[in-house]
Order: sequence, then structure tokens, then C-alpha cells
Amino acid sequence: MRPMSVRHIAITIAILALIAVPYAVDQPYYVNIASQILLYAVFALGLNVLVGYGGLVSLGHAGLSGAAAYAVAYLLAAGHGHIVAIAGGLAAGLVVTAGFAALALRATGISFIMITLALGEIIWGLAYRWISITNGDNGISVSSRPAPFGLPLDSANAFYDATLFVFLLSIATCAIFVRSPFGAALTGTRDQPRRMNALGFHVWMIRFWAFMFSGLLSSVSGVLFIYYYQFISPPALALTSSAEVLLMVISGGAGTLLGPVVGASLVVIIKLVVSAYVSRWNFMLGAIFVAIVVFMPEGLVPGTVRLARSALRKTERRNLLARVTVNGQKS
Amino acid sequence: MTALAVTGLNKAFGGLNVTRNVNLAIEPGERRLIIGPNGAGKTTLFNLITGELAPDGGAVLLFDRDITRVPSRNRAHLGMARTYQIITLFPRDTILRNAMLALLGLSPLRWNPWLALHRQQGLLNQARAALGRVGLEQMAERPLAETSYGEKRRVEIAMALAQKPRVLLLDEPFAGLSIDERRDVRELLKAIPRDVTVVMIEHDMDTALDLADRITLLHFGEVIVEGIRSEVVADPRTREVYLGE
Repeated sequence: MRPMSVRHIAITIAILALIAVPYAVDQPYYVNIASQILLYAVFALGLNVLVGYGGLVSLGHAGLSGAAAYAVAYLLAAGHGHIVAIAGGLAAGLVVTAGFAALALRATGISFIMITLALGEIIWGLAYRWISITNGDNGISVSSRPAPFGLPLDSANAFYDATLFVFLLSIATCAIFVRSPFGAALTGTRDQPRRMNALGFHVWMIRFWAFMFSGLLSSVSGVLFIYYYQFISPPALALTSSAEVLLMVISGGAGTLLGPVVGASLVVIIKLVVSAYVSRWNFMLGAIFVAIVVFMPEGLVPGTVRLARSALRKTERRNLLARVTVNGQKS
Repeated sequence: MTALAVTGLNKAFGGLNVTRNVNLAIEPGERRLIIGPNGAGKTTLFNLITGELAPDGGAVLLFDRDITRVPSRNRAHLGMARTYQIITLFPRDTILRNAMLALLGLSPLRWNPWLALHRQQGLLNQARAALGRVGLEQMAERPLAETSYGEKRRVEIAMALAQKPRVLLLDEPFAGLSIDERRDVRELLKAIPRDVTVVMIEHDMDTALDLADRITLLHFGEVIVEGIRSEVVADPRTREVYLGE
């Protein structure tokens, strides 16, 4: 019972700290950075379902969130309300995800990566060339944010609160998913697909539904994206966008709940905050990734846990040794 | 009625015929030992029976039902379980969770994305019982990566038994075990009730001889000799295959 309550206290403190962020930083610029971190964290959580728990690395996920974002923008531009636009955005994201999954899940490993990459490029190409829908290079602007329950999200603080709510919902969903029988089945197909098949699991179908869940979270992040920036254009769907989210997942720690969140914070902060002071911020980002790969190849979150554990063990051993020596002198 | 029957089974990898017109008829409750030197096609035969490989010709029948076209995942649901010669377990999980996965494979719960798996008392009890049958109950919470090779072999068997199969296929269950471990595994296999039909592959003839009712000798993908223990041991063709006389 005790470790459970310690965990509950830690989670409560973390949530309270996240709620307090706008009051602590007190500047719209920094509140907006916090919103960006959270919306990318939702995206990274979505990709992590596939990469971390499914063992399937995708380089096309920007196409999924992008499809959702474009659908919202298109529906709003066509004069629909926010509810229709959001529902349509999520539906569009899921339809594209189903297409991705149906095609990409014919393979695993490198082939899977290449197929998702190609599919992502197709979506990017559509955004770029299907001008009657996407407005091509000029992109689509969104003039207003929604006002759920009569609360307008126009201010930085209000948008942060809404994003935080969606983020908490997403991470809670992921936490429940990971502990569920289906989550266990998914990690099973990652580690031992052949055995899973022999045990009676439908490996393809498990991967398909995991892909759909991953696509749903990516689409949610796409909806947050379009309302945050109130603008979308093809670069948001480009390969670099997919790669960036993948780097968030891998640097933070794939297959952990907090890893993608830490990774999203790292990338967004370096991109926005460090780039204000260092003009070669891309170089810095690269150097940090190299350092992570060298010192914590499993990612920041599991790597820190590992280092903390070995440090703890070392002090324990030292204490034990000290006690033994003292006893030795006494006798 | 036969528990497991194979008729006219053929399989070739390119120009190499690894299974040539193999016929088997295994009675319910029988202990069948399939022996043969390296490369005889024993594991390929298992993969054809479980459906991990598709045969080029012939049929596989489970309790007189033709399952040649049934996907391999569904054969587990029809009562077929197997172990692997090369340990094929989930190294990141505990022993208990390995056993839970075996049970989950046949449970409708496996599609459930919101219940907490570690609170499924029914599955937990069954998994512990399955581990108890192979003497691993005390170390159920241990990560699989921290267990010995012999313990992993027993986990393999526990997972197959957990599924309560009607036909159990064991691919070299003694491979790589010490003399003591072999004795333990032999006792364990002897304790399997007779309502389970057991088909066992063994490379080394002497190890599993006393477990078998009937023995099939496979050589270059063909059935060379088949019969009860004494017949096969006495047959000159067996000596030829094993001793090269």
C-alpha cells in the first residue's frame, strides 16, 4: 500500500506543478512554450505506442497529425463550427492512419520505416499540390479558437489549460493502456512475434489497433497544433517533422510513459529557448542527441533511473563496508 | 480417431526437399518420439504441423479435422501447443508474466485495453498453478533474464501446459540441459496426464526413449522406421542412420 501512495503523491504534485506553470512564468511567451511542449508531448506519446511498445518505428507520423490539422482547417474555412471541425479532424486522422497501417504493416523493421516514410511523403505531397483543398504553399489560416463551455481559448493561459487537460487525458489513457492485457499483448508482439502467434494471438491485428491508437493521439496533437498556431502549411507534414517527434521519443526513452514527455520538453526548449541565444542551435540539438546516444542509449528517463540505481547501490555498498570495518576494529 | 495425423506432407526449400511424403497417425494420449540426426527435417515437420510453414502438399489433421489451411494462431485455440528448441520467451518480463501471456493468448481478455492485467485474479491463479506444475512457483516474480537456462526450459513447458492443450508438441525439451536438469524435465513430462497427446522431437535417441510409446525415425525428410520402442531400436536401419554402418 505504501509505494502506491507515494506514487499518488508524486503524480498529484506533478499535476499541481503543471497547473501552476502559467502563474509561475507569468509571460505569454513562456506559457506558449509550455503549451507547445504539451502538444508535442501528446504527439510523442502517440508515436511511442508504436515505437516503444510495438517495436515499429514510423517516420511518417507527421502525415497523421497533419491530416487531422488540415481537415480541421479545411472544415473551418468551409464555414463549419468547431465541433464539426474537431470531429472531422480526428476522423480524417484515423482514416489516414488506417490506410498507413494497412500498407505499412505488411512489413516490420527497416521496410516498415521506409513504407511509413514514403506514405508520409505522399501526404506531404498532397498538402503541397492539392491546392484546391490545401491552398498549397500558402497554407490555411484559422481565424478563431474554440470556446469550450463558454470559455474562450484566445489567451495564452486559457489555451495552456485546455492543452494541459488534453495532455493529462492522453497520458492517463496511455498509462491504462500499457497495464492492460492488450498492452501486454502489444509488447509481446514486439519481443517475440513468432511465439505470440503460436500462443494464439493475432499479431497483425494487435499491431493494427495499436497503430490506430497511435494515430488517434497523433490526430489529437494535430488538432491542438492547428488551434495553437492557427495556421498550417506543408512543412508541418515534412519528413523533418516526423523525424523530430521520433527523436523526442527516442531521446526521452521509448517504451516508457514519461520518456516522450521529457523528450518533447528537451526538443521544444532547445528549439525555442536556446535558439534565442545560440544561432547554431541545430548543432546543439545534434550534439545533445549524440551525448544521449553515447551515455544513455536507452533514453533520458530509463538512463537516469539506471544511473540513480547504480549510485544508490554504490553508497549502500560503501556504508556496508564502513560498518564492517568499524566492527572489525571493535573486536 | 487420431489426435494428430499427417498425410503425404511435402515441403521443399528451393531444391532441398526437407519433408518428403511424411505420414503420421498419432493416437489420443500417445507419447510419440520423433528422432533423427541433424538436418533430418524434424523441426520443419513441427513448423508444418503448427502452421508456421505452409506445406507444398499433403494435409494436417487435428482430431480428424483438416487444419491444413487454418492459420497457425488459430491452431492454438483448437488445442495445439508447442515449445521451441531455441528458447523463445519474453526476456523483459517476469516468469509469471510469461505464463500470463500464454493464458492470455486463449482468453478473450487479450483484446481488452483498459483493465489492469496484474489485477486479473483468475489469470494470475492459473498462471501460478501452471508454474507450480514445473516447480517454478517460488520464483514467479523473477525477471526471466535472471533465470538459468534450465529454468527457461521449464518456463517453455509451463507456458505450453498452461494452455491446456490436447496435443502438445515439444521441440527438443532436453536440449542444452545438465544431467540433473534432464532428470527434472523427464519427471515433469512423465507427469503430464494422458488426456494430452505428446509429440516430442529429440536429436539424441537415448534421452527420451523411455518416455515414448512409439518412435518415428526421420532421415533426410523421410520416415525411415516407425514402430514401438524395441522395434525401432532393433531395426538395422536405425543403426545405419545413427552409426553410419
